Amino acid sequence: MVSGPATGVDLQAVWDALAEVPDPEIPVLSVVDLGLVHAVELDGERLRVELLPTFVGCPALDVIRDSVAARLAGMAPRVEVEMTFAEPWTSGRITAEGRRKLRESGFAPPEEGSESASGRQGRPLLATITTRPQATCPWCGSADTALENPFGPTLCRAIFWCNRCRQPFEQFKAV
Amino acid sequence: MTAQTAEQFDQRTRAALAGLLLAMADDEFVLGFWDSEWTGIAPVLEEDVAFASLAQDEIGHAQALYRLLTEVQGGDPDKVAFGRAPEAYRHARLLDHPRTDWAFSVARRFLYDTADAARLDALAASAYRPLAELVAKLRREETYHLLHMHAWMERLADGGEEPRSRLEAALERLWPDARCVLAGIDDAPLVAAGVLAEPLAAVERRWLGGLAPVLERLGLPLPSTTAPPAAGCRGPERSDDFRWLWEQFTMVYRSDPEAAW
Repeated sequence: MVSGPATGVDLQAVWDALAEVPDPEIPVLSVVDLGLVHAVELDGERLRVELLPTFVGCPALDVIRDSVAARLAGMAPRVEVEMTFAEPWTSGRITAEGRRKLRESGFAPPEEGSESASGRQGRPLLATITTRPQATCPWCGSADTALENPFGPTLCRAIFWCNRCRQPFEQFKAV
Repeated sequence: MTAQTAEQFDQRTRAALAGLLLAMADDEFVLGFWDSEWTGIAPVLEEDVAFASLAQDEIGHAQALYRLLTEVQGGDPDKVAFGRAPEAYRHARLLDHPRTDWAFSVARRFLYDTADAARLDALAASAYRPLAELVAKLRREETYHLLHMHAWMERLADGGEEPRSRLEAALERLWPDARCVLAGIDDAPLVAAGVLAEPLAAVERRWLGGLAPVLERLGLPLPSTTAPPAAGCRGPERSDDFRWLWEQFTMVYRSDPEAAW
């Protein structure tokens, strides 16, 4: 563990602080639960955090960056928070804890492993045209569900219908 | 060779890269604004939501592409996006048409999304790293556009006489301009530098090769592929419909270019 000699802050304290920053659109999840944190560097004078955007056009990106910067302010003489595309954020980065919190608040988490299909290099993108997104109902656990609309209230959410408990529900999209 | 910054390329390659980024950004930007025209008046509520999301996606993609462009050639992304005369936009002529009716908007989006998919395939392993990184992200999001438009193509093709004939008429009318999506870019230096995997003519063959079985499955006629794209695929001539849209989307910026919003 790297210590910050100037302030006595260590990396664990930074991660603990990040775990308290909520996602503005689904506040039950933290930026750590969502897997948004790409890198944390701490060298005493400078604390640098790199975040991955969930969706390129997500209007909450500035809010997320500002709230992370506000929470970390004072943990090092210089705090930098940047967004990067260095690695694509995928829904596979949502932690087990994040998936549990999603289910508990009525959102279906993305199906496990489903994120690889859309982004695989070498496979023509057009081949994904007949993809049928799947989701498990967060209310009754049934897999007998149907996609109603791949576009929901925010860019990261799709709307499904559960054929068993006959209720609509939202899924955090697999990307 | 892979390049972290465009300075690692020679001047002709840099100019061609800037041309590619501007064309892609303008395509996404203009389509996003046409999509937003459906907000509140789409045939069903779900499509109000879907087209608003599609618009948000495309304008977000455009923003990221304008940002890359200004890293290559300098300048301010907002100024590039909003501060140009209509003649200076480089979107494909396919996007000069107004939204027209629902079948027309679906047909245009389907043609654009499938051509754009072939373009993104050819950029996935780009030697210009910042572009390859962005494209990796765009590909994941565009999957949802493709499957949604395909679902609507199925619905209209199987929806009886009127939707089907409107869809066929729209495809017929849009087809020559759709070919402009994969044209009007100085691709030779980009291929030589590994920015683009293959010449646009080859990308277009892949697009058509992928499109044919999809249209066949839907029982829709294959467009004729004999005519090469005419000159002026990406301006400077612009339709009155695009000028009207430009008036709309630059209105706030023109009223106060220095405002923060």
